Amino acid sequence: MASIELRNIRKSFGAVNVIKGVDLEVRKGEFMVFVGPSGCGKSTLLRLISGLEDITSGEMLFDGKVVNALTPSKRGIAMVFQSYALYPHMTVYENMAFGLKLEKGNSKEAIRERVEKAADMLQIRQYLDRLPKQLSGGQRQRVAIGRAITRDPKVFLFDEPLSNLDAALRVATRIEIAKLHEGMHDVTMIYVTHDQVEAMTLADRICVLRDGLVEQVGTPMELYEKPDSIFVAGFIGSPKMNFLTGEKAEAFKCATLGVRGEHMLVKPDGIWEGEVIHTENLGADTYVYLEMGQEEPIVVRLEGAMQHPSGSKLRVSPMEDRVHRFDEAGKPIR
Amino acid sequence: MATDAMAPVGTAATPKIRSELMLQRVRAARWFLVPMMIALAIVAGWPLTRSIWFSFTDATLNDLYGAEWVGFGNYLRWQVLESGTVRYRGVLADPDWWNAVWNTVRFAFWSVLWETVLGMIVALVLNAEFRGRGIVRAAILIPWAIPTIVSARMWGWMLNDQFGIINDLGMKLGLLSAPVAWTASADTAMTAVLIVDIWKTTPFMALLILAGLQMIPKDIYEAADIDGVHPVKQFFRITLPLVRPALMVAIIFRVLDALRIFDLIYVLTPNSRSTKTMSVLAQENLFQFNNFAEGSTQSTLLFLLIAIFTILYIWIGKVNFEGGDR
Amino acid sequence: MGATFDYWKLTKTVLFYALVLVIVVVSVFPFYYAILTSLKSGTDLFRVTYWPTSISFDNFRQVFSQGAFPRNLLNSVFVASVTVILALFLAVTASFALSRVRFRGRGLLLMTILAVSMFPQIAVLAGLFEVIRFLGIYNTPWALIFAYTIFTLPFTVWVLTTFMRDLPVEIEEAAIVDGATPWVIITQVFMPLMWPALVTTGLLAFIAAWNEFLFALTFTVSNETRTVPVAIALLSGGSQYEIPWGIIMAASVVVTVPLVALVLVFQRKIVSGLTAGGVKG
Repeated sequence: MASIELRNIRKSFGAVNVIKGVDLEVRKGEFMVFVGPSGCGKSTLLRLISGLEDITSGEMLFDGKVVNALTPSKRGIAMVFQSYALYPHMTVYENMAFGLKLEKGNSKEAIRERVEKAADMLQIRQYLDRLPKQLSGGQRQRVAIGRAITRDPKVFLFDEPLSNLDAALRVATRIEIAKLHEGMHDVTMIYVTHDQVEAMTLADRICVLRDGLVEQVGTPMELYEKPDSIFVAGFIGSPKMNFLTGEKAEAFKCATLGVRGEHMLVKPDGIWEGEVIHTENLGADTYVYLEMGQEEPIVVRLEGAMQHPSGSKLRVSPMEDRVHRFDEAGKPIR
Repeated sequence: MATDAMAPVGTAATPKIRSELMLQRVRAARWFLVPMMIALAIVAGWPLTRSIWFSFTDATLNDLYGAEWVGFGNYLRWQVLESGTVRYRGVLADPDWWNAVWNTVRFAFWSVLWETVLGMIVALVLNAEFRGRGIVRAAILIPWAIPTIVSARMWGWMLNDQFGIINDLGMKLGLLSAPVAWTASADTAMTAVLIVDIWKTTPFMALLILAGLQMIPKDIYEAADIDGVHPVKQFFRITLPLVRPALMVAIIFRVLDALRIFDLIYVLTPNSRSTKTMSVLAQENLFQFNNFAEGSTQSTLLFLLIAIFTILYIWIGKVNFEGGDR
Repeated sequence: MGATFDYWKLTKTVLFYALVLVIVVVSVFPFYYAILTSLKSGTDLFRVTYWPTSISFDNFRQVFSQGAFPRNLLNSVFVASVTVILALFLAVTASFALSRVRFRGRGLLLMTILAVSMFPQIAVLAGLFEVIRFLGIYNTPWALIFAYTIFTLPFTVWVLTTFMRDLPVEIEEAAIVDGATPWVIITQVFMPLMWPALVTTGLLAFIAAWNEFLFALTFTVSNETRTVPVAIALLSGGSQYEIPWGIIMAASVVVTVPLVALVLVFQRKIVSGLTAGGVKG
C-alpha cells in the first residue's frame, strides 16, 4: 500500500560516506531487489528505509509523506534479518505476537487470530509452542518471516534472508518468498542480496548499487538486455559477460565489447580463434573457457554436454545483434 | 526523472536530522545513566573531595564542621627555632609515614612479583591438557573464595609460634632449627604477610593469565613444534609476547590492590611497625588516634600515589583496556 | 636409545603431576587445617596433628551460643544481599546505555567508572564517614550498604557492559522494529537473555561485599551491628595471650563453607565473569 521515494539520500558514518546521494522510487506492491557487491551500501540503504539508521541528508517519503525522523515501528514496516534475530527465550508464538502485544489495543483473541493466520500461511502452526533453538534453520527463517507477516506491514524488508541457509533450502525458501509476494499484492517488498540469481528470479525491478550510488534500476530483463554500464553488464548474468578490448573491440567500433557466453556461436568460420584451456560440464550446458589474448579467458556457453579437449583450437563468433558496445567511460553505445 | 526538479531538498546545507528513534535512545540512555552517576557521585566523588579538603584543615573526629583551613600545613610545615635550626613537621616529615610508604611499596613489589611468577606457572599447568584438570581448577578457587579476614586468621593460627603447624612441619623436615614467631617478630612479619597474600591472590592472577593463554591459537605451537623450536624458547618467544596484554592488565589490577592493602595486615600482624602500610596508618590516625586531619592527609597522599602510578603504567605500558566503542 | 627417551618422558610426567599435587595441596591445606582445628576441643587444640583424631562440635556450639555471631551472620547476609540488588538494579539500565547507545563522552564515562572501581577505599574513608554521619546511618547496616556501593556498582556496571556488548545487534533491531522502547528491550528481551550474566555478576559482587573489612570496621562500632569479617577479626579471649583459636576456626569455617560451595557450584560462570570484566572480584 505504500510507495517509497528516496530523494538525494546520503549517509555517512563519521568521515566515511556510505550512501552518496541516492534517488529512487519504489512503487506500491512492487518487489524491489537491491543488489551489488559487498560494501556497496545496499544493506545500509535498507536500514535507512527501515529507520534503524539515521539519514545524514536527503528526504525519504512513504506515500508522499516525509518519514526521515519516524521510528521504525511507526513506518508500517516489518523486517526479516539475515540471522533471523528471533528472541531466543520466547516460543514461536510469543516471537510472532511480541510486536502486536506492544501495540496498544489488541485483544488477546485478535492477536491469537493474526498469529495463527500467519502461521498457517507458512505451515508453522505445529511449531508455535517451541523455542527457536528447537527448530531447524529453514524453520527459523519461516518464523522470522511469519513474525513479519503478523505485523501486517505495508512494507516488507528482507536483509539477505537466505544467506545462512544451505543451497537446497535457499532455492525452496526463494520460491516460498516469491509465492508470498504473489499472495500479498499490495505489500511493497524490498529485498537485499549479493546474489544476482536471487535478484533475477525474485524481483519485479532490480536496483544495482555500486559504491554508494545507484548504477541502474530496471526489470531483470532490462538489466540483462540493456545494461547501462560495463559494471551492470558484468554483474548481472551467469556466467559473467565476456569483455573484449583492443583490435577485436575496434572491429565493432567501440572501446570494450561485451558478449555473453550464451551469445557465442561455435562455427568453423568464426571470426575469433581461441585455445581451449578448461571445460566445465554442468549437464544441461557446458562452459568452455578460451584463451584469446584478453585479460580474462573468454567463456562460451554451449547447450548439452560437449567435449572440447584442452589445448584444442576453437573458432567462435558473437551473435551480431546481441553484442554490447561500450565507450571508454564504460557507457553503452546504442 | 520527474523528481529531479525537486531534488535540492536535502543537501549538505541542511542540518543533521536526528530521527525520533535516535532521540528516544539518547534520551533513554540519559535517564538510565543518571541514577548510577548520582549514586557514584554521592558514594565516591563527594567523599573523595571532602577527604582531600579535610587534609587541608585542622578537622578532628568530633568537630568536622568547625574545621579551619590550614593550607599545606598537614603535609609539611616548618618552624625556625631560636637557635637557628629548622624543625620540620607534618606527614612528609614523619618517619612513621615514610616507614609505611616503604612497607607498602615493598609489600606491593614482592607480592605482585611472586604472584605473577606463580600465577604464570599455575596458568601454564591449567592450560595443559591432563586428567584431573577440573579438580585443580576447583582447588585453586578455594583460596580466592575464602574471605581475607578468615585467611588471615587461618594462617595466623598455622604460623603460631608455639602451636603452629608451619613451625612443626619446618622442624620435622629440618628446615627450621627452632620455632619462629612468624607474625610477632619484626624480621619475619613481612614474610608472613607476603605468604598469606601470595597464597590468597595467586589464583586470581592465574585465572586472568589463563584467559590470555587460551586466546593463543594452538596451531602457532604446532607450527613451532614442526620448526623444532625448543619449548623454553617457545615460552619466551611466543607465549610471553602474546599473553602480555592480559598480563599487563592483571598486574595493574594487582598492584593497585596491593598498594591499598589493609585487612590482611590489620588482622595478621596488628601493631607491627615492620608491616604497617599506608592504609593501616591512615585508618588508625583517622579513627583511633584522633588525628583526623593527618589521616586525611595520608589517605590523600596514597590516592595521589596510586593515581600517578596508574597514569604512568598506562602511558608507559600502553595498556589497552577494551573500554569503549564498538 | 628408545629406552632413554621413555625414561625422560616418564620423568617429565612424574614431575608434572608432582607440580599439580603441590598446587592442589597448597591451595586446599589451610582450609582443611581450619576445619581440622575447629573440630578439636580442650587441650587437643594445642597438639599439632595432620589427621582428625577426635571430633567434637564444642567450638561450633560456642560460636552460635555466645556473643553476637548469629546476629553478625544475619547482618552480613542482609548487607551483602541489599548491596547486590541495589547495584544490579542501577547497573542493568546503565550498562544498556553504555553498551548499546552511541553518545558523546561514553569512553570517558567508562574510564571513570573503571577508575572508581580501582580507588583506594581509604581515600574516601574520611568523606564517607562525614556523609554517613550526616545521613544518620552511622553504626547501622545501611551505612555499609551505602559504602559498599562504591565498589559493587562500578564492578557490576563494567562487567554487565561487557556482557551486553556481546548480545546480538539484530535481536535488538528486531525488537525496535516490533515497536519496543529501550525499557521494553531491557526488561523483556535482554534481561531474560542475561540471567547467567546477572547471576555471575551478582555472585561476585556478593562475595566482595561479604568479605569487606575496612568500611565494616570503621562504620560499625557495636557487636550487634558488625558483620562477620569484623566479628572474626575482633574475636578474642580474656587477654592477648588467650586467643580462642578453636572458636575462631569454627566461625571461619561457618562463613567460608557457603562461599566455597557457591564458588565450586558456579565455577565456570565465575571464571568467565572474572576474566570478562577483567576486574577483581
